[in-house]
Amino acid sequence: MFDISINKKLNAASGEMHLAFSCQIEQGQLVTLYGKSGVGKTSILRILAGLMEPDEAYISAGHKIWVDTKKNINLKPQKRKIGFVFQDYALFPNMTIKENLTFALVKNQDKKIIGELIDIMELGELQHRKPTTLSGGQKQRVALARALVQRPVLLMLDEPLSALDHEMRGKLQQHILQAHREYGLTTLLVTHDISEIIKMSNQVIVLEEGKISQHGTPAQIFSHQKVGGKFQFSGEIVSLEKQGFIYLITIIIGKELVTIMADESDGATLQVGDKVTVASKAFNPIIKKM
Amino acid sequence: MDWQPLILTFKLALITTVFLLVVAIPLAYWLAHSKSRIKPVVETLVSMPLVLPPTVLGFYLLVAFSPSNAFGNWLDEWLGLRLVFSFEGLVLASVIYSLPFMVQPIQSGLTNLSASLKEAAYVLGKSPTTTLFKVLLPNIKPSLLTGIVLAFAHTVGEFGVVLMIGGNMPGRTKVASIAIYDEVEALNYGAANFYSLVLFIITFIILLIVYLVNGGYLKIK
Repeated sequence: MFDISINKKLNAASGEMHLAFSCQIEQGQLVTLYGKSGVGKTSILRILAGLMEPDEAYISAGHKIWVDTKKNINLKPQKRKIGFVFQDYALFPNMTIKENLTFALVKNQDKKIIGELIDIMELGELQHRKPTTLSGGQKQRVALARALVQRPVLLMLDEPLSALDHEMRGKLQQHILQAHREYGLTTLLVTHDISEIIKMSNQVIVLEEGKISQHGTPAQIFSHQKVGGKFQFSGEIVSLEKQGFIYLITIIIGKELVTIMADESDGATLQVGDKVTVASKAFNPIIKKM
Repeated sequence: MDWQPLILTFKLALITTVFLLVVAIPLAYWLAHSKSRIKPVVETLVSMPLVLPPTVLGFYLLVAFSPSNAFGNWLDEWLGLRLVFSFEGLVLASVIYSLPFMVQPIQSGLTNLSASLKEAAYVLGKSPTTTLFKVLLPNIKPSLLTGIVLAFAHTVGEFGVVLMIGGNMPGRTKVASIAIYDEVEALNYGAANFYSLVLFIITFIILLIVYLVNGGYLKIK
């Protein structure tokens, strides 16, 4: 189990922000950090990785203490045994894909894992190429594979899928999930995408202004329990149009645009950019083969 | 024709470049990553030889290394090193004089690398030294090449510092640039032209190679 408690003053774009984050993460969970940009998600990952120094913190992984500012303990990133997938992937341009993976090996570690990861991440054909020749999705797979070489106790991914198109995302979500299960990892994922959260994570931590505003399962947090809907989707409002007493609301769900009618009282509470749930009950949905 | 001044010039440039590489890599690394308050002062000192007349530098080195001074005397007595009017003195002066030409390209190369490369290596358990030699330096090869060549070429072209601290001793401190001056003074224009032409051609070729390699016209693996 990870015991985390972090305090740090950050200089955000909107001025000074106080990051106060504390939570416990059970072994084997896939936890998502969710929130607008600039709420401190990346800073939390960097402090956990030892790449940024907290003002005050206590972080322990099982029996091992990573940070205890009261006792002046702050383990170097090298000593924490973590996997980190950077937003820009941070592949070493001077090495081939395979060399990137073998570089990650610890001294005397069995090289078998390299072949295994190349298979899992489907990198066989790419292994002798240099990172600059790869597409975003391919780089992502390499970065993920490299982060797994040492069998980390904690895998952290900083918005790993944000630069990819929809289809690629789906594939990579599968890769991450597969790795998470196969290696019994504890994973911390930063993302903006609600569908990704619902699909992947056991727990969501919602951050606002450097503080935790909600913490629970994706269902608890995003469905709001108002509707016992038979089926529901989450999306984002792209336009809002008032026509007499009703609102016409266009929502993007996945890659589809949907226009929905809402009455005045509901419509008035919404604005463009809001994340919403679209649910329906008491319908017989029609399913047609495409 | 006397080849000695030319051979001495290239020997000096080669030894200076090797020393500079050893000194400049840690220094550039520190300058690229440090947030220390004395960093601007160090940066200024490193860049001073760019703007200072070489004679100023030569003059102070001459004063400092002179055995009639405390420091020069200490060097002479304890290390048996007499740096005035000697080849060793020329090497030291050249290292100082060409320092910015080596440090600046390496520093800017390191600064322009994404910080996440270093961080990724650290997270993978690699020490700062391993990271520097296996990840950072291999990815700034063009900057290293630029630094090496500029430092080498700049040392070849040195005149004022050498004249001040080295003088004009054949085989020990009489480098090509001094020899040219010497020959012109003696009205041996033929010999001056010979040295000048050789320097001209060699520096042209060296710089051309840098631009060809860094511009991607030649491939180095």
